[in-house]
Amino acid sequence: MTLHTLNRAPSNTALLADCLRACSSGDTLLLIEDGVYCALAGQPIAWPAGVTLCALAADVAARGLDSRLASNIAQADDAGFVQLCCEHTRVISWY
Amino acid sequence: MSTNKRFLIISRRPPYGSSHARDALDTALTTAVFEQPVSMLFLDDGVYQLLQAQQPAGIQQKNLGATLSALPMYDIDQLYVCDSALRSRGLGPDDCLLPVQLLDSNAIAQLIRNHDVVLSF
Amino acid sequence: MIFSLLVYAAPHSHQGAETAYRFAVACLAQGHSIHRVFFYGDGVHGATALAAPPQDEPNLPARWQALAQTHKLDLVVCIAAAVRRGLLDANEARRYEKPGHNLQQDFELSGLGQLAEAAIVSDRLITFGA
Repeated sequence: MTLHTLNRAPSNTALLADCLRACSSGDTLLLIEDGVYCALAGQPIAWPAGVTLCALAADVAARGLDSRLASNIAQADDAGFVQLCCEHTRVISWY
Repeated sequence: MSTNKRFLIISRRPPYGSSHARDALDTALTTAVFEQPVSMLFLDDGVYQLLQAQQPAGIQQKNLGATLSALPMYDIDQLYVCDSALRSRGLGPDDCLLPVQLLDSNAIAQLIRNHDVVLSF
Repeated sequence: MIFSLLVYAAPHSHQGAETAYRFAVACLAQGHSIHRVFFYGDGVHGATALAAPPQDEPNLPARWQALAQTHKLDLVVCIAAAVRRGLLDANEARRYEKPGHNLQQDFELSGLGQLAEAAIVSDRLITFGA
């Protein structure tokens, strides 16, 4: 299983598409830095089935997005980020 | 170093405009020198690196295409390209300076699962 | 678990440089070890001793150095990427006959092979990109 991190806003459509294309069922996608804007409710993103979605809590809070996240997005703190890396066999950074 | 890991280098930026493509290539070549199996996957604008007839002398840069052509000499011959990235740019395998394998979405996800270390530039 | 970090983002230009540092702190706090932090591309600017950010902003090279001293971290800066961008240690300053050197203490210039070696011996390699 793979942990994917994505650090760009959803306006970077090609990056988001490449990231989602690369996801397999059982993978986790952690949205970090400007990637947390992908986690906003109402984003027209076709998330792949079987992929767990998380957003890095400090980046969500920094941008004032705490109450605006879609309901299918969990938050992870920095320790959670490390934990996710341990739980997956490889990590890919999409930037 | 006895451990062998399968490396996949993903290159998704065009050549010359930034250092990403050159850095991806240098990483692939260096990793191969460490006798690790290395594959490369070209996504998005990264497919433009594969175009023939690059002549970067006028912009004071080294020819990335020439270095790419040398990959097989370093035993980096597993070169993959996102099929839709190529086709959506009006390009095909014949436009590429090296023999490449075209992958669809499912095959890209599979390729990643088959590698231990994935570096993206 | 053994981690290595690849820092490809320059401080101030991109948040990734800061995210990498926070990740390292969280990693060490959980008892994991960090085999190497490798600075590559514009990420090499995170190793300058001459950064002088305002007092209420973090000085990343200084914080990496402090972390390295506490945890004996191996902070390696890609030498090819560094000397091109004017980041030199005393040896390189002599070699290229430059008027000064500016590599932060406890960082080291070395080749890209150090990245490959780190990826081989570590359980996880995490990239912080820009």
